[in-house]
Amino acid sequence: MSAIAEETVAAPPRRRLRLALWLLTRSFSSMLGLFLVTAIVALALLGPWIVPYPDDVQGGINLANKLQPPSFAHWLGTDEVGNDILTRVIIGARISLLVGIGITVAAAIIGVPLGILAGLAGGRLREVIMRFTDLFLSVPGLVLAIALVAALGPGIVNAMIALILVWWPGYVRLAEAKALSIRDEAYIEAARVAGASRARILRRHVLPNSISPLIVKMSMDIGQAILAVASLGFIGLGAKPPTPEWGAMISIARGYMPDWWWYAVAPGVFIYLAVLGFNLLGDGLRDILDPRSNRG
Amino acid sequence: MTEPLLRAEGLSRSFEGRRRLFHETPRVRAVAELNLTLDRGTALGIVGESGCGKSTLARLLLRLIPLSDGRIIFDGRDITALDESAMRPLRRRMQLIHQNPSAALDPRLSAEDAVAEPLRIHGVASGQALRDRVAALLAEVGLPSAFLHRFPHELSGGQKQRVCIARALALEPDLLVLDEPTSALDVSVQAQILDVLDALRARRGLAYLFISHNLAVVRQVCERVAVMYLGRIVEEGSAAEVLGTPRHPYTRALLESVPRLGANQAPPAAPGEPPNPASPPSGCAFHPRCALAVAACRAAMPPLVTLGDGHRLRCPRVG
Amino acid sequence: MSALLEIRDYRLAFDTFDGTAQVLDGIDLTLSAGETLGIVGETGCGKSVLARSLLQLNPMPPARVVSGQIHFRDEDILRLPERAMRRLRGRAIAMIFQDPASYLNPLLAIGTQMEDAIRGQDIAASLRKRPRAAARARAAELLAAVGLPEPARLLDSHPHMLSGGMRQRVLIAMALAGDPALLVADEPTTALDVTVQAQVLALIARLVAERGLALMLISHDLGVVAASCARVAVMYAGTVVEEAPTGELLARPLHPYARGLIAAVPDLDHPERRPQGIAGSIPGLIAPPSGCRFHPRCSAATDRCRREKPLRRELLPGRSVACHHATP
Repeated sequence: MSAIAEETVAAPPRRRLRLALWLLTRSFSSMLGLFLVTAIVALALLGPWIVPYPDDVQGGINLANKLQPPSFAHWLGTDEVGNDILTRVIIGARISLLVGIGITVAAAIIGVPLGILAGLAGGRLREVIMRFTDLFLSVPGLVLAIALVAALGPGIVNAMIALILVWWPGYVRLAEAKALSIRDEAYIEAARVAGASRARILRRHVLPNSISPLIVKMSMDIGQAILAVASLGFIGLGAKPPTPEWGAMISIARGYMPDWWWYAVAPGVFIYLAVLGFNLLGDGLRDILDPRSNRG
Repeated sequence: MTEPLLRAEGLSRSFEGRRRLFHETPRVRAVAELNLTLDRGTALGIVGESGCGKSTLARLLLRLIPLSDGRIIFDGRDITALDESAMRPLRRRMQLIHQNPSAALDPRLSAEDAVAEPLRIHGVASGQALRDRVAALLAEVGLPSAFLHRFPHELSGGQKQRVCIARALALEPDLLVLDEPTSALDVSVQAQILDVLDALRARRGLAYLFISHNLAVVRQVCERVAVMYLGRIVEEGSAAEVLGTPRHPYTRALLESVPRLGANQAPPAAPGEPPNPASPPSGCAFHPRCALAVAACRAAMPPLVTLGDGHRLRCPRVG
Repeated sequence: MSALLEIRDYRLAFDTFDGTAQVLDGIDLTLSAGETLGIVGETGCGKSVLARSLLQLNPMPPARVVSGQIHFRDEDILRLPERAMRRLRGRAIAMIFQDPASYLNPLLAIGTQMEDAIRGQDIAASLRKRPRAAARARAAELLAAVGLPEPARLLDSHPHMLSGGMRQRVLIAMALAGDPALLVADEPTTALDVTVQAQVLALIARLVAERGLALMLISHDLGVVAASCARVAVMYAGTVVEEAPTGELLARPLHPYARGLIAAVPDLDHPERRPQGIAGSIPGLIAPPSGCRFHPRCSAATDRCRREKPLRRELLPGRSVACHHATP
């Protein structure tokens, strides 16, 4: 009902914020996403101080205790060298989150300027940027990442580098599409008529109006990046044991299926909840960040 | 004779055709060999239906899109060949009002920031002086200071258009190009905006190039009117003559089509529709819809003939 | 004579973040078979919401019926289940809209879309779906009825090959497929050029006369309503403020808002009559003005107008006005 939106004239200054909260709380899935992300961030931040067995983080060996089922002392059981699994998945959250955010932010820093440049400049420069981007996009991301890690050598840092290299083209695509659509907006023409330079139009109008979809994509990508790192860890190209990385943990736990099933389930569930949380949150943000979505 | 504020000579704009894999987009002549002049402090209306090239003309005259041919002289200076950075200082003197004020305002800028933007760009004012200037501009278009910090989605259509007008006035231009400035507004608001525009012109001595499909609105605002059909002017003269005693068959059809309040029946309708600029009819573009058309009309484009007192007419059938 | 359509004390609200907007506030309107009624008003007056209510096209939620009935023939539309409503749509009540392009599927030929509509109407009428060929013949017949040349060729065209006026004619032809008794036209010519608008208005007038259609035409343009409708209802902020025979309303409006609306229209033939704006802007409907919703913009408003909502009363035969101070 645009007519109604148009009439809500006297807006108190904090309306935007209250509206955002209202939209968020109205959607169960957004709230679930927010809850999951908050929980994982909290675990990551507080990890070293709340884990029940801090000594197990670096992987002590306590074979007397190995492969215990979940119990009061070990809520999620213990692994093949007797470490507490709960402790290790909590510390794993720290690694996964850091890596996920790192990959996403780095990819955006590379991709967004290129995309906006391509969208605004047009012509040959755009062709060059976009075809180069297509080159990357035409190979399945994870396969390319595997090849890159294989070349660079396994390890968490190399896995990150490989994933950043396959991740940035998505941001070029999105930023270019957004810049192309904003370029034709009447308010850009209005700024030109006012005598604004290209740089000013970019800084003042194009960037602020491209931010929302980028934030939405980044939120969703953090989840995907966590999954990708875990995948690399699972096939032994990511973090190396005894680093408590979720993918690497599942990789080892696989050998103990199905008798010691809890060992694989714990990191698996954490990966699942993390990816789900960031995806749901991204969906919710999409509704909130559109300045025009102030209708009920 | 004093130099007019704006003069266009032989202005043309073609959008080049493109060969694509599956289809070919033909070359489209949006504006063709168009001459017009606009004197200081006067208002010239450009009327016509969709595809007649009136919006393209607006953007050509403001040098927002490249022209294919012709010359534009602004205040005695040939601006045809100026590049973007050479145009920038001149932009202070020629401003544009868009059709849809909702699209013409950045959704993330408040009314104050929107009006302040041109002043900031040209370094006209800053700090408190800037704020005072913006408040004065908004007051001039009838928006009290309570509106300063509103965002576009918190304003009604009429209020948004007032913000746009204030923004256009900020640099004290000589020329305002108004592209259907009231067609997105309700009639009661349209009347308010027309009052604002009249008052501004009287006070500031602005010249208006007023583009509209609404003949009654043009009649209110403009002294002179040019009627466009498929990229060309078909009739031009004083508003009273062109809209009061129209001569060109197209101008007549246009005027007759307007539903009158007292009519109580559907207005008489000219047959056919405005042609597609991509495949223009031969000769006079209006001939397929014209009751007066003869073989000569199909064969060649009639010239735009200047009659007495500056009335121009492109139709040999009505002399 | 029993009315074809009877709207009684219809109130519709929209639940929004800022609160409940009372979008329609007690609408009473009657339309007999073959009658033409124009609804005019400005943005946000609720005219399109009212039109959509006749086919239950308003999304619920956020929309919510607060009270009232909409009787079509002898059924209350507001209480019809969706299945029964589908039977009504297109067959008894057809609707055309402002933007013809967005109501045609760009991927399908006109013929395919019309055949689907015609065969859909057969199902709605509990008949056996007629074969495609028969539906196609009927489609060509309908296109000819709305004055489109070369129907056979047109049936094979895709929407993008048609001009705006032709698309609107195609939609009118589709609206006729179910042989409706009532045509609801929501700003049918707003997106069209003025010469094409004249053609479409002439077409609508002809169809109304030939087929005995009842017409409810929604428009912001008094001229369009004057050209098509014998009777007109002026809406403001969710209420009908005046209802009258079109000629009488235009000659002598009795409600202050109707007066203001007419005075705001620039007159092409009398440029010396300057259009007058109405001071102020349309009110929000979440906390609408007390009493008469027009009182903050009305120069004749008194304390009573601020306190008491005026009910629409018949001042002259066939003319009713919702204003405390209106006199015949």
